[in-house]
Amino acid sequence: MTKTRVPAVEGWFTSDPDRPALLGQRCAACGTYVFPPRDRSWCPNPGCAGRQLDEVELSRRGTVWSYTDARYQPPLPYVVPGAEHRPFALAAVELAAEGLVVMGQVVPGVSVDDLAVGAPVELVVDTLYEDDEHTYLVWKWAPVAGGGGA
Amino acid sequence: MRGRDDVVVLGVGMHPWGKWGRNFVEYGVAAATDALGDAGLDWGDVQFVSGADTMRNGYPGYVAGATFAQALGWTGVPVASSYAACASGATAMEVARTRILAGLCDVALVVGADTTPKGFLAPTSGERPDDPDWLRFRLLGATNPTYFALYARRRMDLYGATDADFARVKVKNARHGLNNANARYRKEVTESEVLASPMVADPLRLLEICATSDGGAAVVLASAAFARRHTTEPVRVAAISTATPTYPNAVIEMPNFATDSWAAAAPPERPFKASIAAAAYDEAGIGPEDLSLAEVYDLSAALELDWYEDIGLCKPGEAERLLNDGDTTIGGRVPVNPSGGLSCFGEAVPAQAIAQVCEVTWQLRGRATGRQVEGARVGITANQGLFGHGSSVLLAR
Ligand SMILES: [Zn+2]
Repeated sequence: MTKTRVPAVEGWFTSDPDRPALLGQRCAACGTYVFPPRDRSWCPNPGCAGRQLDEVELSRRGTVWSYTDARYQPPLPYVVPGAEHRPFALAAVELAAEGLVVMGQVVPGVSVDDLAVGAPVELVVDTLYEDDEHTYLVWKWAPVAGGGGA
Repeated sequence: MRGRDDVVVLGVGMHPWGKWGRNFVEYGVAAATDALGDAGLDWGDVQFVSGADTMRNGYPGYVAGATFAQALGWTGVPVASSYAACASGATAMEVARTRILAGLCDVALVVGADTTPKGFLAPTSGERPDDPDWLRFRLLGATNPTYFALYARRRMDLYGATDADFARVKVKNARHGLNNANARYRKEVTESEVLASPMVADPLRLLEICATSDGGAAVVLASAAFARRHTTEPVRVAAISTATPTYPNAVIEMPNFATDSWAAAAPPERPFKASIAAAAYDEAGIGPEDLSLAEVYDLSAALELDWYEDIGLCKPGEAERLLNDGDTTIGGRVPVNPSGGLSCFGEAVPAQAIAQVCEVTWQLRGRATGRQVEGARVGITANQGLFGHGSSVLLAR
């Protein structure tokens, strides 16, 4: 039986297999960005009276602001994918156009030894965990081989 | 600078940190009783109780002011309860201080205490997909050390900090806390022992990340006029900062998924963490050059180095040199965490900011047995709580 692929959180990213993207918001008045998206409409910039945030796809590429890993199994509500915990890397990634740093897990098979501050990465959508019927998806960062930023 | 009208710390007290497994109220009452004894006052003299809340001990923890007042015996005294994550104690002190400065009371008791579970601090249970603190565990598996490690790694990649630098912070603090009767961990460690401890969140190792502890701390605050009648060694509260960030906060903060955006507005000149102590210095008219010592929130060994820069002891990138020159060791220019810090205490969230003030008070009175900073005149505390809570208390004698 094929499992249904569903996002682990609603409305934070698109799962287009070719070009997935984070879904943020942009203030129609001042142009500031918001991620994760909010269910309220006012702009977080105190210097702006904007009351309209439009949904936008964020840049799919960025550069590593910093990185680490999870050697031990995180506590609930984290759900271990598979039989046992395997250490995974995490990165905080700077998106230049949006002026944002966004956290994410790094794709399996990439360790901290493969990462560096400033290294280019791109967004992918990957399995977070599974149950009997569903594969729950989340965004992750993947190193870009020899690629430039942004 | 307010000078002689400053609110005064009249008494301090603590219940030792540990993993005692008893009700948090017991620790709070013990600390309060100690602080009242230290102030030479009775419970009946207290005109206001300000409690720092704990989120892990059910309803009594959410109404800490009333819980401690009831435990000490209802006297009709007005209460307040504050929650500001790790900064709760400072917020509770600020509530008490402003009430005194407003002339509404002369003597206030501030209490915080916690009973903590084992292991990583995890969010409260249940499905809460609207809570970022729940979601960061579910979607990222990002524990608290994850965030501390991001900062540590940046120090390495930007400033050339090393594993050994981080380990030496731990070695220093372990030595500082060796004779502190209130500390939970009183054992020397060597640099190689630290470096041999298991990696938790690269580059941070088990011995470089603070544990969670049970503990309680209390302070008695009083108006200057009241204090003059009760003590000859006043420790002045020169300032309390409960700063929040200025938009856009361009540094990723626990438990967030992202920073604010700097696409439309430039980040403030002072990042949030540096603005916390700066607000205290501004209020007091005292600068970092005046400090005798500091108690900072070393949730990780590497984070203590960030604080050196954020409280103005040195410029960004210079903290490792300060550490390695011995400036921040007892006997050095400006000892940091003479109590042993979180490294020796572990974190008892609502009690911790109050415990920092207890330590600075003992130091300024010359009563920090076994860890005294000679001739201490001015000390600062600094910490940062989840969801944008700054906390810094500047004390002087
Ligand atoms: Zn706007």
